[in-house]
Amino acid sequence: MTKYLVKRFIAMLITLWLIITLTFFLMHALPGSPFNEERSTSEAVQRNLEAHFNLDKPVPVQYIEYLKSVIQFDFGPSIKKSSQTVNELLGRGFPVSFELGLVTLTVAILSGITLGVLAALRHNGIIDYMAMTIAVLGISIPNFVFATLLIQQVAVNWELLPVATWKSWRHMVLPTLALATGPMAIIARLTRSSMLEVLTQDYILTAKAKGLTPAKIVLKHALKNALLPVVTVLGSLAAGILTGTFVIEKIFAIPGMGKYFVDSINNRDYPVIMGTTIFYSTLLIFLLFLVDVAYGLLDPRIKLHRKEAK
Amino acid sequence: MVKILEVKELHVSFTTFGGEVHAVRGVSFDLYKGETLAIVGESGCGKSVTAKSIMGLIPNPPGKITDGKILFKGSNLAALKDKDLRKIRGADISMIFQDPMTALNPTLTIGTQLMEGIIQHQKISRSEAQKKALEMMRLVGIPSPESRLKQYPHQFSGGMRQRIVIALALVCEPEVMIADEPTTALDVTIQAQILDLFRDIQKKTGVSIILITHDLGVVAQVADRIAVMYAGKVVETGTRRDIFYKPQHPYTKGLLNSVPRLDLENAELIPIAGSPPDLFAPPPGCPFVARCQYAMEVCDKVYPQKTKYGKEHHVNCWLQDERAKQMLALQR
Amino acid sequence: MEAPKQQESKRASVMDEWFVPKKRILGEAETVIRPSVSYWKDAWRRLLKNKLAMVGLVCLILLIFMAIFGPIISPHSATHQVLQQQNLPPSSEHWFGTDELGRDVFARTWEGARISLFVGVVAALIDFIIGVTYGGIAGYKGGKLDHYMMRFVEILYGLPYLLVVILVSVVLEPGLFSIIFALSITGWVGMARMVRGQVLQIKNYEFVLASQTFGTKTSRIIRRNLLPNTMGPIIVQMTLTVPSAIFAEAFLSFLGIGIQPPLASWGSMASDALPVILSGDWWRLFFPAFFISLTMFSFNVLGDGLQDALDPKLRR
Repeated sequence: MTKYLVKRFIAMLITLWLIITLTFFLMHALPGSPFNEERSTSEAVQRNLEAHFNLDKPVPVQYIEYLKSVIQFDFGPSIKKSSQTVNELLGRGFPVSFELGLVTLTVAILSGITLGVLAALRHNGIIDYMAMTIAVLGISIPNFVFATLLIQQVAVNWELLPVATWKSWRHMVLPTLALATGPMAIIARLTRSSMLEVLTQDYILTAKAKGLTPAKIVLKHALKNALLPVVTVLGSLAAGILTGTFVIEKIFAIPGMGKYFVDSINNRDYPVIMGTTIFYSTLLIFLLFLVDVAYGLLDPRIKLHRKEAK
Repeated sequence: MVKILEVKELHVSFTTFGGEVHAVRGVSFDLYKGETLAIVGESGCGKSVTAKSIMGLIPNPPGKITDGKILFKGSNLAALKDKDLRKIRGADISMIFQDPMTALNPTLTIGTQLMEGIIQHQKISRSEAQKKALEMMRLVGIPSPESRLKQYPHQFSGGMRQRIVIALALVCEPEVMIADEPTTALDVTIQAQILDLFRDIQKKTGVSIILITHDLGVVAQVADRIAVMYAGKVVETGTRRDIFYKPQHPYTKGLLNSVPRLDLENAELIPIAGSPPDLFAPPPGCPFVARCQYAMEVCDKVYPQKTKYGKEHHVNCWLQDERAKQMLALQR
Repeated sequence: MEAPKQQESKRASVMDEWFVPKKRILGEAETVIRPSVSYWKDAWRRLLKNKLAMVGLVCLILLIFMAIFGPIISPHSATHQVLQQQNLPPSSEHWFGTDELGRDVFARTWEGARISLFVGVVAALIDFIIGVTYGGIAGYKGGKLDHYMMRFVEILYGLPYLLVVILVSVVLEPGLFSIIFALSITGWVGMARMVRGQVLQIKNYEFVLASQTFGTKTSRIIRRNLLPNTMGPIIVQMTLTVPSAIFAEAFLSFLGIGIQPPLASWGSMASDALPVILSGDWWRLFFPAFFISLTMFSFNVLGDGLQDALDPKLRR
């Protein structure tokens, strides 16, 4: 297990380094970026930039210095908002995005698993068809489309819930719903198919032959095994939710990191783009790592397999 | 001898996309206390389905017991609700499945899996259940059971896992144990050990065993009585001696001829040509007719009645009919 | 089921003359009862039976038809601006209404269909070419080469897909080919992993080992054994890549870093419609939203149907 963890950890660092390097050199190639001569920024901003990115030094030195500051979690100043640094922006926007993402992920996991299990237990029944219809629609309708439809119907036509900003739970309902539907659908389908497969396994028959109640068979024997494949996709689902926050925050005018990120893209605020990309990548790669560890802990076969291999 | 289980005219069908499959078509047999009854036949003959029907483990849909009775301790298992059947499953009748690699839940410890059956059926504390589990593990010959209790299935070898599966089946001290191909997935040397274990357990606990297998070698070692199944029907029943030394049904003879034997000199292996009939549309007569070298016109038309041949020996074959015997005598 | 009584009466009617040896037709015992059907035929038959997949297929054919002929049959051009006709609701003149620049939404919708389908199909094709080659080589050659090739793939796999796409789109000149390029950078990784896994598995099947022992040429093994057996999962993967590429394009265009005006994309049309939905101009959002969802729905259910149809485990 430890050997495996170390290996995964090193792969994680390499991926991160790749992303940092990629962003650095991509930004270097761009006209109008902080590294380029043709920038058109105010005096004050320019001085900030030069100081942070060591623009007077040769490129390799800039790269090393840049790596150093990234490791220290310092992403430099914003171009457009002269008095702000990327770190301040992250500090302000991230908690909001984190809340949105966490609530969404929780809703998606809980409802997705429930839906998938119900569908599998009532295989080819009405509940199954209904759950799978919801799932297919959830996968097919892009989150930004669903978000706008929700605004149009629920907020504008029916006036049930507020449209924009992030103040009370009522503000959270629509964005969460829009963002959670896709991942929920994926989890529901995956849970259903893996549950169906697990239910045909011999050990389920063994459990039945013991005379256990159906509830015990499902909860104790089937569910844990059926959820193992679901755990493996959590990382990529989290990635989907994270990128989803970009559009959802833009649509619902939520002052989160996603909204700042989209604004920075449209304003070509390069330090913000770089900083956010690296920050998000770190977060996601770390999440993938956590998911792997969790999987190893949940499935006894993996953990001990590694031990024996040593 | 005391009858403990009676299966009478059992019919089981499966509804599939291709139509209805009559997997079991009127199977009857008795099981006596403390004996081992082997049900023998090639794959697809309905022996596993028969076993699962007794346990009420036929998946419904698509499967269904369409007719017949399974009598156990005065109740008809075929008519019981799942809720009532559950009290019998694992407690009075238990089952062992073919592949010990897949029959155990990979994510639960052996201890958990052994104990949950006891806890389900008996009012007993966890520590007592654990004591019982340990006792069972000792009975089936697992060394140092205390440390093994906390381990997962993948940490056991195939033979050890099958011992665990047997312990699982015995843990509530059932009266009947059904073993569905319990040695098929094992190495030959392990097979012998497991069969020894079966005999040993039967001596110690007096459990009645129904052994489902296609392996006549296994049957010869442990069975007291044998029922031969073909295409969803029992075609011949008898004691081990009856079946091995005086087989009457051409199919039984064919089965015995297709197994290598050391006790007979220059015995040639003769496979049975052809394959069993399609159970989507079972033939009205004897299902073996297409592969039988003694086939008569009557065999195509009507299924033969059960005829008594010896004390415990019964056979369903037209060759037992007087008219067939006359005809064969004339031919000679 | 025959009741025992019935058998009893039959017993009585057993006639003596039936006790004669049965006349045998030669080889009767050997006949196989059901005819065997080829893998692809069988899969196709099962796909035809899958109603939802068929709905998807029909929708897809209609969508492709409209993408080709929609802009032609429309009396208006997709980019022509008529400033007197801003934000008109659907009418006999403008079937899907007009946008804030007086452009015909019907024409723009089908222009958008062209772009979405083009992006989806081309991205899937690029994934196919790179993924199958890379995965095939890694899986077939095996050993050290496979090890290093897969290490590289693992690292790429760790990169968050849409984030890379966004980053590359920011850097490149925005447009159709930038999007496709951005989608292709990491898009093929999934295909490569899948193909490698399949090849590795099939390589060790007995029938492949058997043909190797007969001295069959490598190229023949690949052609006769590996390709047909990996084709199923590859087709499924491609069918499911298309909707994710279409989603990515719409996503980028919605954010304003995808397709640029005056070109129309469903994503950018939906984005442009955002400010006006509050005033009740529903058609601006509805048509692009509906058709993008329909397209993704069609590809998804068709992909699912193919997956079920091509799964050899489900064959009966």
